[in-house]
Amino acid sequence: MTASVADFKLGALTAGVLGLLVVASIVGYILRLKTTSETGREVVLNLNARIKAWWIMAIIFLLAIATGGIGSLVLFGLTSFLALREYITLTPTQRADHRVLFWAFFVITPLQYILIGIRWYGLFSIFIPVYVYLLIPIRSVIEGDFKDFLARNAKIQWGLMVCVYFVSYAPALLSLKIPGYERQNANLLFFLVGVVQVSDVLQYVCGKCFGRHPIAPKISPNKTVEGFAGGVACAVLIGTLLWWITPFRPWQSALMSLVITLLGFCGGLVMSAIKRDRGVKDYGATIPGHGGIMDRIDSLCFAAPIFFHLTRYFFT
Amino acid sequence: MIAEFLAVSIRIFSGVQARWLGCPPDTTQRVYFANHTSNLDFLVLWSVLPDGARRKTRPVAASDYWRANRFRYFLANSVFRGVLIERQKVTRSNNPIDQLFRVLLAGESLIIFPEGGRTTDTEMRPFKSGLYYLGKAAPSVDLVPVYIDNASRILPKGEFLPIPLLCSVNFGAPMRLLPTESKQAFLTRARAAVEACSHL
Repeated sequence: MTASVADFKLGALTAGVLGLLVVASIVGYILRLKTTSETGREVVLNLNARIKAWWIMAIIFLLAIATGGIGSLVLFGLTSFLALREYITLTPTQRADHRVLFWAFFVITPLQYILIGIRWYGLFSIFIPVYVYLLIPIRSVIEGDFKDFLARNAKIQWGLMVCVYFVSYAPALLSLKIPGYERQNANLLFFLVGVVQVSDVLQYVCGKCFGRHPIAPKISPNKTVEGFAGGVACAVLIGTLLWWITPFRPWQSALMSLVITLLGFCGGLVMSAIKRDRGVKDYGATIPGHGGIMDRIDSLCFAAPIFFHLTRYFFT
Repeated sequence: MIAEFLAVSIRIFSGVQARWLGCPPDTTQRVYFANHTSNLDFLVLWSVLPDGARRKTRPVAASDYWRANRFRYFLANSVFRGVLIERQKVTRSNNPIDQLFRVLLAGESLIIFPEGGRTTDTEMRPFKSGLYYLGKAAPSVDLVPVYIDNASRILPKGEFLPIPLLCSVNFGAPMRLLPTESKQAFLTRARAAVEACSHL
């Protein structure tokens, strides 16, 4: 396959995304004119804030993958950094963790993305789970504070795994060598992020339209069985219809989409449990209408590593 | 110029969120008094003030620390326009309250930390009496309690490398010294007001 075909596909996808956003903005505008009730207006106001933020996020993402490797690396690296920042802000750490955290933000996070950038699979896939996993308690024990030692270290290790290691698997897709799919890996990244985010959006939309039965009332009161089923079904359908941008056959594309959406759903729940425990609704307020960066990428965190490894195992 | 640039940089780095819960963000003359856990405290408070208010708000700082070298003195004097007060050898001629009162007379606002120094534990220390004398000298100026959350995790006392966590600044409702209020009662009430801002 030549580069021009890949470019054509990416162009078509870009047009598709922008088209969707135009439709969403028009629907949002009509809803704003038609809604009169007090609670309804609040939902619509939040919806419009979300759509507006989607424009910005979509444009940033499309620009990043259009530049190829470096743009995606920088975008996901920054995303990891900001997500880790929100996660640690919410996690009670102690005075003695200060220097360990400095390492986490300014050494470990950039290094992970550099390893992805130089495509050193053998190291980037074990850097955080092995080396950093050991480094953190070692650096921590030097500080000499044993109070809550296990819990403190586990929190930092967990944060680095979720916010940095898992997220970094998204740009790592660009380094996969799939026979017959040369120079098209950006489309694979688009596929992952597209299916994850479409699934999130459709679960939200289906939940708002048909949601009756809460699926996890204690963890995430807004998630419903109807939203989950409808969102996953639609996202899998859309993922299947996108088979032509992937190295997969349609049925493989459907299965991959199913795995991505289910993991995404679980990621959302797990990250919500942490928020509930800390007594907050969102990880931050960076993205109007959505909350923090972490609220937007929680599903991606869980889907990216599994999608990477499944693709790597079966298709390279 | 430097001040505006610095304020924007601080806001970006600390991701600080200002919550004006008890009063609007405007240029009304005020004495902002806050908890003190980090060298960043006055920077984040100062950086979230609206531009107009920041230009006429002066942080109160320890003379011995900010006169220690030329760079610090330049920052304190030219960028932050700090009111440098004597902590150790207070005499009649350098009485801090007179100094602060003159700033208020000139129509400017103040930022003060009534605990008298940075704390390393989570509990706030009892307030020093400066706030009381200030309230007595300028009874018509609003005293605004402020709680600064998380700055101590960004840059704890004794560390020099900051980590990029998010912090927030909560502004409470203005208060004044009541005509019959005793010093101790007022200081306890002021400290409770700062504490109350942490739960908002």
